Amino acid sequence: MRKILVGIKRVVDYNVRVRVKPDGSGVALEGVKMSVNPFDEIALEEALRIKERGEASEVVAVSIGTEDAQQQLRTALAMGADRAILVKVSEAVDPLVASRVLVAIAQQENADLVILGKQAIDDDAAQTAPMVAALWGRPQATFASKITLEGSVATVIREVDAGLETIAVDLPAVFSADLRLNEPRYVKLPDIMKAKKKPLDIIEFSALGIAADVGLKTVFVEPPKPRSKGIVVKDVAELVDALQKKGLI
Amino acid sequence: MSKILVIAEHDGAKLNQATARAVTCARQIPDAQVTIAVFAADPAAVAADAATLAGVDAVVTVAHSANETALAAVLAPQIVAVAAHYTHVLAASTAFGKDLLPRVAALLGVPQISDAMAVEGAYKFKRPTYAGNAIVTLEASPDRILVASVRGASFEPAARGGNAPISALSVTVELPTHTRYVSLSAAASSDRPDLASAAKVISGGRALGSKENFALIYSLASKMGAAVGASRAAVDAGYAPNELQVGQTGKIIAPQLYVAVGISGAIQHLTGIKDAKTIVAINKDAEAPIFEVSDFGLVADLFVVLPEIEKALAG
Ligand SMILES: Cc1cc2nc3c(=O)[nH]c(=O)nc-3n(C[C@H](O)[C@H](O)[C@H](O)COP(=O)(O)OP(=O)(O)OC[C@H]3O[C@@H](n4cnc5c(N)ncnc54)[C@H](O)[C@@H]3O)c2cc1C
Repeated sequence: MRKILVGIKRVVDYNVRVRVKPDGSGVALEGVKMSVNPFDEIALEEALRIKERGEASEVVAVSIGTEDAQQQLRTALAMGADRAILVKVSEAVDPLVASRVLVAIAQQENADLVILGKQAIDDDAAQTAPMVAALWGRPQATFASKITLEGSVATVIREVDAGLETIAVDLPAVFSADLRLNEPRYVKLPDIMKAKKKPLDIIEFSALGIAADVGLKTVFVEPPKPRSKGIVVKDVAELVDALQKKGLI
Repeated sequence: MSKILVIAEHDGAKLNQATARAVTCARQIPDAQVTIAVFAADPAAVAADAATLAGVDAVVTVAHSANETALAAVLAPQIVAVAAHYTHVLAASTAFGKDLLPRVAALLGVPQISDAMAVEGAYKFKRPTYAGNAIVTLEASPDRILVASVRGASFEPAARGGNAPISALSVTVELPTHTRYVSLSAAASSDRPDLASAAKVISGGRALGSKENFALIYSLASKMGAAVGASRAAVDAGYAPNELQVGQTGKIIAPQLYVAVGISGAIQHLTGIKDAKTIVAINKDAEAPIFEVSDFGLVADLFVVLPEIEKALAG
């Protein structure tokens, strides 16, 4: 039976408006609400649905993060993941490093499907799924909005710029979840209680023998240039007039 | 000298405008020599198109039947083979580039800079994070190939008037067969301006309330010669197809004119339109955050004012 690995990243909640620290060293994270990256919730939901359809036997949630990421893994367990693995790091790692870690775990676990979010809403890098696929030497189906499994082949509908593209990939493969793949379930209280008893293993990043430095350094972080606030027009006539004066219509 | 390889995005006949924007970014890298690489079944037409971009020094082509459609797993090993002769590999940060470039970077064993929005040096770029709320300056090691995707909204497309030499490359790498193209279905009609490159865009949000009502947006867009966009809420509800979503996780655009109709202005939406020259907001809630960024705001019921605007444009 198939085994599914899902990536769970702890990120600043999407409702939080982040603030850049005045010294340009990063964004202020103290006291800020943290959550599971929304795309990872969608990835996990998909894995759970595949298992519930009887097309997989186990769903393993993996996070690469600090000690605190256990909270997000507990959420994943409460949603229905069978077990969780935290690869403990002291600070955020580059997506290339995260990908190397995920490949190591995928190989160790003999995963058939790795489902990740299409991007994390903190760094917005959108790199991990293709990188994992490349390093693992497997197919990738990114921006998935529908996944159908049949034997050793997955047919995937992808959200691309031109519309919806369908591709077929041989398993094992890596998938990245787009917004419309599914709507994640809500966690119920009894599930949170049950999740406390599910296994959550912690692996030290240093034990994997993967280098943390990939030669990319953050020099400076700054807020974006603000857009100046415009005017409120009183009616359609004034709006049309203003746009005509600017030669826009 | 920086030798920049820009990966062409195309439909088999023409170069995508996003690639012309990536060329502009490439040109801003100090002491750059810019080469466009066209991977296709028959690259002739696209290569000829690419060769006319100003500031392009050379066009190289890789013809292979497996390149009939763009599949990251098939293209990446070919790009890696070509990249050995370059210092940088760039592509547009479109669905194509986002799917492809990280695969290339990983095969090269290098990190990637996503959504480069400003060039600060040959190995130093700015990029947005947190839905555009924190701009990060990153510096990569000059001792390895730098892979970067280019945020189109930050760069104008390169002008025409170039006449770069075109040469064919033969790449002999084994191509995987584990990934197969099946089909493409495009919901948006192709006789409208393309959302990513249009000078004018009019977008509808949840307030439209139904697919039928969303026709109001299409109708006004036709009158204005504008492309149509949508908020995530409008796409999720099925009022508009997915490829029209504008925002952090949809398309990032920079038109001359952006009209947001019945869109509240969530940060995830705003990050997609911040570079529009003029933003117009139509919303019945005077407190809606969209008014914080709009140049012209109209506090009104869209169902009343959209027909009025159409009438004013007709008259
Ligand atoms: C991971 C993640 C990624 C996301 N990515 C994106 C993205 O890429 N793009 C995006 O757009 N969103 C994105 N979102 C969603 C975003 O947070 C908002 O939920 C969404 O943008 C809201 O869409 P809306 O403005 O159409 O709807 P609402 O926020 O519901 O706003 C509707 C607006 O219409 C106004 N209105 C109602 N009736 C009328 C009327 N008759 N006339 C005039 N005005 C009226 C209301 O006052 C309101 O301001 C993302 C969210 C998450 C969590």
